[in-house]
Amino acid sequence: MSTLRDLTAAQAIAEIESGALSSDEVFNAYREAAAGDTLNAYTWVADEAPTAAEGPLSGLPVALKDLFCTEGIPSQAGSRILEGYLPPYTAAVVEQLQAAGSRIVGKTNQDEFAMGSSTENSAYGLTLNPWSADHVPGGSSGGSAAAVAAGLAPWALGTDTGGSIRQPAALCGIVGLKPTYGTVSRYGMIAFASSLDQAGTFTRDVADAALLYGHMTARDPRDSTSIGHPEAIAIPTAERLDGVRLGVPEELTGDGIEPGVLAAFNASLKLAQELGAVVETCRLPHAPHALAAYYVLAPAEASSNLARFDGVRYGHRKPGDGTLLGMYTATREAGFGDEVKRRILIGTYALSSGYYDAYYGTAQKVRTKIADDFRDAFTRFDAIVSPTSPGVAFKLGEKTGDPLSMYLNDVCTVPASLAGLPGISIPNGLAAAPGGGPELPSGLQLIGPAFSENRLLEYAHALEHAIGFDGSGARA
Amino acid sequence: MLSRDQVLHVAVLARLALTDEEVDRYATELSGVLDHIETISALDLDDVKPTAHVVEVENALRPDVPHESLPLEVALAQAPLVADGGFQVPSPQAGG
Amino acid sequence: MTDYEAVIGLEIHVQLRTNTKMFCSCALSFGEEPNTRTCPVCLGLPGSLPVANAGAVHYGLMIGLAVGSELAPRSIFHRKNYFYPDLPKGYQISQFDEPLCLGGNLGGVRIHRVHLEEDAAKLVHAGASGRIQSSRTSVVDFNRGGTPLAEIVTEPDIASAEQAGEFLRLLRTTLRTLGVSDVNMEEGSLRCDANISIRPVGATELGTKTELKNMNSFRFIERGIRAEIARQEAVVAAGGKVEQETLHFDPRSEAITSLRSKEQAHDYRYFPEPDLVPVAITQEMLDAAQAALPELPAAREARFVEDLSLSADAARQLSWRSEQGDFFESALSANPSAPARTTANWVIDLVARIDAEDPADGPVTPAALGRLVVLVEEKVVTGSGARQVLDRLITGGGDPDEIVEAEGLTAVGGDDTLAPIVAAALQANPDVVEKLRGGDMKPVGVIVGYVMKETKGRADGAEVTRLVRAQLGL
Ligand SMILES: [Mg+2]
Ligand SMILES: [Zn+2]
Repeated sequence: MSTLRDLTAAQAIAEIESGALSSDEVFNAYREAAAGDTLNAYTWVADEAPTAAEGPLSGLPVALKDLFCTEGIPSQAGSRILEGYLPPYTAAVVEQLQAAGSRIVGKTNQDEFAMGSSTENSAYGLTLNPWSADHVPGGSSGGSAAAVAAGLAPWALGTDTGGSIRQPAALCGIVGLKPTYGTVSRYGMIAFASSLDQAGTFTRDVADAALLYGHMTARDPRDSTSIGHPEAIAIPTAERLDGVRLGVPEELTGDGIEPGVLAAFNASLKLAQELGAVVETCRLPHAPHALAAYYVLAPAEASSNLARFDGVRYGHRKPGDGTLLGMYTATREAGFGDEVKRRILIGTYALSSGYYDAYYGTAQKVRTKIADDFRDAFTRFDAIVSPTSPGVAFKLGEKTGDPLSMYLNDVCTVPASLAGLPGISIPNGLAAAPGGGPELPSGLQLIGPAFSENRLLEYAHALEHAIGFDGSGARA
Repeated sequence: MLSRDQVLHVAVLARLALTDEEVDRYATELSGVLDHIETISALDLDDVKPTAHVVEVENALRPDVPHESLPLEVALAQAPLVADGGFQVPSPQAGG
Repeated sequence: MTDYEAVIGLEIHVQLRTNTKMFCSCALSFGEEPNTRTCPVCLGLPGSLPVANAGAVHYGLMIGLAVGSELAPRSIFHRKNYFYPDLPKGYQISQFDEPLCLGGNLGGVRIHRVHLEEDAAKLVHAGASGRIQSSRTSVVDFNRGGTPLAEIVTEPDIASAEQAGEFLRLLRTTLRTLGVSDVNMEEGSLRCDANISIRPVGATELGTKTELKNMNSFRFIERGIRAEIARQEAVVAAGGKVEQETLHFDPRSEAITSLRSKEQAHDYRYFPEPDLVPVAITQEMLDAAQAALPELPAAREARFVEDLSLSADAARQLSWRSEQGDFFESALSANPSAPARTTANWVIDLVARIDAEDPADGPVTPAALGRLVVLVEEKVVTGSGARQVLDRLITGGGDPDEIVEAEGLTAVGGDDTLAPIVAAALQANPDVVEKLRGGDMKPVGVIVGYVMKETKGRADGAEVTRLVRAQLGL
């Protein structure tokens, strides 16, 4: 039976504009669904419908990854150290969506400070994959992905540092867009790794991604690295890929990709050819080193970004032995989870005296080479395609004991992050999990040159229709 | 390989108190991660310029015009301990 | 015994007098209630981001131009990571290996670099408020946190405490003239650290240096450096070795103590600030900084010598100490007929006698001092009479003409009044007359003295000598 929560955001807006549905009716349907959330996708849900600004988003609800600061609403970034933290201001991109008529329905669960690929590193409990309660939703924006997939929000915001939008979107069978670095303001996003963090969208389909993203881009004077998008974002309509050159990097489609995921990917490449695309193999020679560079750069920046959590101005505090040093160490020991500590330690080590050049300096150079690889590839190709994640959703607890195997989840998404390029993951059907069990969603990733979102969305739209994935199974 | 001492040294820099169990566990786990990271040291990157930013923006300066500051009660609202209109901390001079 | 010489380099932090903080739009604080000049950025709230202040960059460029630095076409900010309650983000945004300005020279001391950074907040130690139970706690006031600082680092070109003091006075004058800072040491808008080492005279290798931290007045700086040089000499004389360490000078006890602690093992883990983009100086920014430059001390010194014929010493003193130069120039402009060279000498005499950094803060106005110079020039009052007038001005202020009138200090001049007194003096001193006639003019002082005594100092010595020559037909 179809409900209003089966509508895409664009469809819901059309119904509201036509008068067939009221804005509050839509908001409350989602608000009630979110309040009854059994996946632990949400960490906070609105008590009532807030007043909406007049605007093209027609009062539609939006779910926000918890690390977006929202004035007077808990913004805990999945961390114990920020338990109950109420910011005195709202993130720039959230303000922008509110001004366009959007309303916050809830805050979603995430890996602590966006560090993780499974949403198992949250101080506020696990989030379950709506396709299978034994499986992770991916991460770090797992709450947003699960909420949208399960019909608990029409769309949601996430952030992507090394794959934190694209990977959970893939694992939950929805669309995840990580835009070009700098197109969306980071002001008010609780930082993980500043040179990589970028806000993006979770939507049911590609058209919704374009619609939501179009209201998020702007040059923000409060974020020095923000540049906005050089052109307006159009709602995609393409059904064909005639003459579009798609590069398939050997480095992201070989060993380590689960057979089921690879089969689904190859099937979609065939579809692309049928739509008129030219599909060829390409090389990103430094992509195999991207993960290593990423796991230097991101923890190094994080170790510094997380130094502000010191128990002085906000958040959790433990007195320790009563000295300043004791207060600092006790506060941070109790406030941070395992993975955050791990990354702070790696990052601190990589920046410490005598190691900077070997780690941070080298990783920055690898970053240059990876950007060069993409630049070379884009002289021959309009977009690069790969599986989004090497596997379908894994079982809860399966990888928590082995950090490196968890990190390998990001192998296909990290290269574009390092180069600051836009990437979109679209559902690529269901694939068999290696250990048996239910078939689970896998994702197809398209990567384009910087600021190529409009083209990328058109390609994604054409492929999405050809693949014809039905996501209603998660909204049962 | 990361030794216990290195983990402890880095933990002090990062102001993290670790239990003995954690020191051992992190030494092992982080050594595995560092082994992977160190694969990049084999690359020939001598003439490569480091990338700090992917955006090619410069200046992005702000005009020197004041905006209103936060009201005192808002500034202090989230503080764990407040005294005399300020954020109370253990005195740095009182050891530590 | 070996003689040692000192090698001193200075690191000066100057608070810039912009309208807003370095990386946020909070107005700078001047004694407001604690924590009333804060925002998400300068409180280091999660999610907030810094944006560099164009005004601070402008001031930085002005300083660079004033000291002859090379302005970096591209400079970047770094994070300097360490934990302290006055540092809300756990790092200070500063400049590291790509600063705004490189090189330069001020008054013969080479400048190593000038860079921009943010100031720390203020830690108020609760013990100071008298609450005994809270002596183990402090309170943080973030009003000052984020104030723009220019850090000016010299090469180790300074050889003595006095020279360090002179340099700092010139620097203060330069910054005050530029209008980029209040440069008030007592209020902390100029803070100075000194790197000090000693070496045998003539040696080229540098000795181990110590860092003397955070001295907050010119006098303390000179005394602190002197004390540290003496300490190092004593260490070496006793056969010891100077250790590299950070030191604190207590101006009351003159004691130097080590700041070494278990947290001394600093590792600042500098890395490029990812939240900021490079500062790339445009021609427009350069032109604006250039256009904003007023006359600087070196140019003023040259003008004093070339246009006003001041002696080199006087020109340097009056230009390096801008308040004295300003006093001098306003004395001249209020009294256009006062000769500049003489006026300069009177200003220098005046500042030697009053206890004020700025002579304008004393009881003698520039106009009054200039008027006194004119009265001497017009022979209304003699040199010694004028000194008495100055005494009166220093003790009680007032108008020189009125003091001359009231004290009866009008010069006794002209042949009618002075000639009979000179004649009487000659008559009373026949032995002197004999010597004078014999060509020995030295004893003329006796005659001048006699006349001065008779006229209560109101006669002009040169006039007396002229009359002596005339009356004796010399
Ligand atoms: Mg400094
Ligand atoms: Zn502020």
